[in-house]
Amino acid sequence: MSAPAEEKSSFVINGKSWSGAVHPLKRLLDTIREDVGLTGTKEGCGEGECGACTVFLDGQVVMSCMVPTCQAEGKQITTIEGLAENGRLHPMQESFAQEGGAQCGICTPGMIMAAVAYARDPGSAEDMREALAGNLCRCTGYIRIFEAVKKAMAK
Amino acid sequence: MKSSIADFAVISPRTLAEALASLRQTPPPVPLAGGTDIMVLLNAGQLEPGVYLNLYSVPELRRPIEVSAGVRDAGTWGAGGADPPGEVRLSALTTYADVRRHAEVRRLLPMLPLAAREIGAVQIQSRATWAGNIANASPAADGVPPLMAYDATVELSSAAGVRQVALSEFYSGYKQTARRPDELITGIRIPVPAPGSIDYFRKVGTRKFQAISKVLLAGLVELGGSREIRKIRLVFASVMPFTYRARKTESVLEGRRLEPGAVSLAVETLRTELKPIDDIRSTARYRLKVACNLLEEFLGTTMGC
Ligand SMILES: Cc1cc2nc3c(=O)[nH]c(=O)nc-3n(C[C@H](O)[C@H](O)[C@H](O)COP(=O)(O)OP(=O)(O)OC[C@H]3O[C@@H](n4cnc5c(N)ncnc54)[C@H](O)[C@@H]3O)c2cc1C
Ligand code: FES
Ligand code: FES
Repeated sequence: MSAPAEEKSSFVINGKSWSGAVHPLKRLLDTIREDVGLTGTKEGCGEGECGACTVFLDGQVVMSCMVPTCQAEGKQITTIEGLAENGRLHPMQESFAQEGGAQCGICTPGMIMAAVAYARDPGSAEDMREALAGNLCRCTGYIRIFEAVKKAMAK
Repeated sequence: MKSSIADFAVISPRTLAEALASLRQTPPPVPLAGGTDIMVLLNAGQLEPGVYLNLYSVPELRRPIEVSAGVRDAGTWGAGGADPPGEVRLSALTTYADVRRHAEVRRLLPMLPLAAREIGAVQIQSRATWAGNIANASPAADGVPPLMAYDATVELSSAAGVRQVALSEFYSGYKQTARRPDELITGIRIPVPAPGSIDYFRKVGTRKFQAISKVLLAGLVELGGSREIRKIRLVFASVMPFTYRARKTESVLEGRRLEPGAVSLAVETLRTELKPIDDIRSTARYRLKVACNLLEEFLGTTMGC
């Protein structure tokens, strides 16, 4: 088989249209980081287990390491960089900063995306712990993260 | 990432006819649904190089869940009024999240959302499909046992036509399925159980979420007026080399009254019927013990209610 060429790919990311030449099976995670140039989305495991790469795809939380770029065609993507508005952090980001919900910061972008998804639609999981069960953190012990999410949701 | 992506190509057909036509090539392209099995292999450098068929580009495969009416049975549902729900149809790309969000499916087929919420985490559930879980044919698949307990049928389509295969006839060995390489799973049809049926779903794993099953039982029983077992389905995951319906134990129970003697007879039958696997997640001995305990719990709670 001859090496297949990259193909044109287009989607909307954080409200802006983007298009470029990308291999259709390239992980959306890599397309976002390398081609779009947004490095807030992190890679932890590359196996769908850790949640560091969590983004919204058409409003749904997904692991971007599990999504081939061809399946983001024409869709709306939101990454951690898309949460702040007019230079002001999203209330969930504020709350993580205030409550000490972030230490090394590797899990934080994905954790905040999953937390925002749950805050927007609390019916999407049975409770907060279930909503965040796909996001691993090796630093905080989770308690401060849970506090941060609760405080942000109470506002 | 360990695979060289240049060894892979993707076709994104616009229609089902185009997709099915592409499957006539040799070798046929490999279907790519939510990618939660395939992308793991790709990232680990274990995915077979070749051509992949992107199902997301085919609108016919993304149809919403359909609930259709069944035949009215005056005895159970009363004369007049609306027809009872008869069948639920999932499409090829129906995800676990779609099922968790669907109020009618939650009510009619309660084991499906129970299974869905234990698969991976929410970020996996919004991508992973029921059809992919069936086709992937892992003995540890969690979505398959409840579907099999509900007597689901797999709709297989190829350029030559459509055929229906009972899910309980779909597997014949480890990763051996009835699907031909030129076929796609285009739907999953699930009859709504008779009113009053009692179900049981329990997954035993290492953790609550993001854990692969060690033993899982999905059960469904239909009892008659004097507690005789009209019909029973017992489906185990992670115990045998493929999703296993314990037909011998079912047939020992069918027609019998549900009472303590029947329970111990069933557990004894199951103990000889199962030949559990030994693998990295658990031992055969543990699996046999837990499988019998789950059956006992299912029948015991059913008797108690
Ligand atoms: C972090 C993580 C956790 C997981 N946890 C669980 C779990 O708890 N329980 C569990 O059961 N599974 C689990 N899985 C496995 C996986 O999510 C499921 O098997 C899922 O249902 C597969 O669906 P998919 O659409 O993503 O399949 P894909 O990866 O797209 O495909 C899987 C296989 O099915 C074939 N296929 C897909 N659709 C069709 C079709 N319509 N017709 C014919 N063939 C088709 C593909 O060719 C491929 O061989 C987990 C995966 C990850 C990454
Ligand atoms: S990097 Fe995607 S889940 Fe870990
Ligand atoms: S803050 Fe370091 S992994 Fe969570």
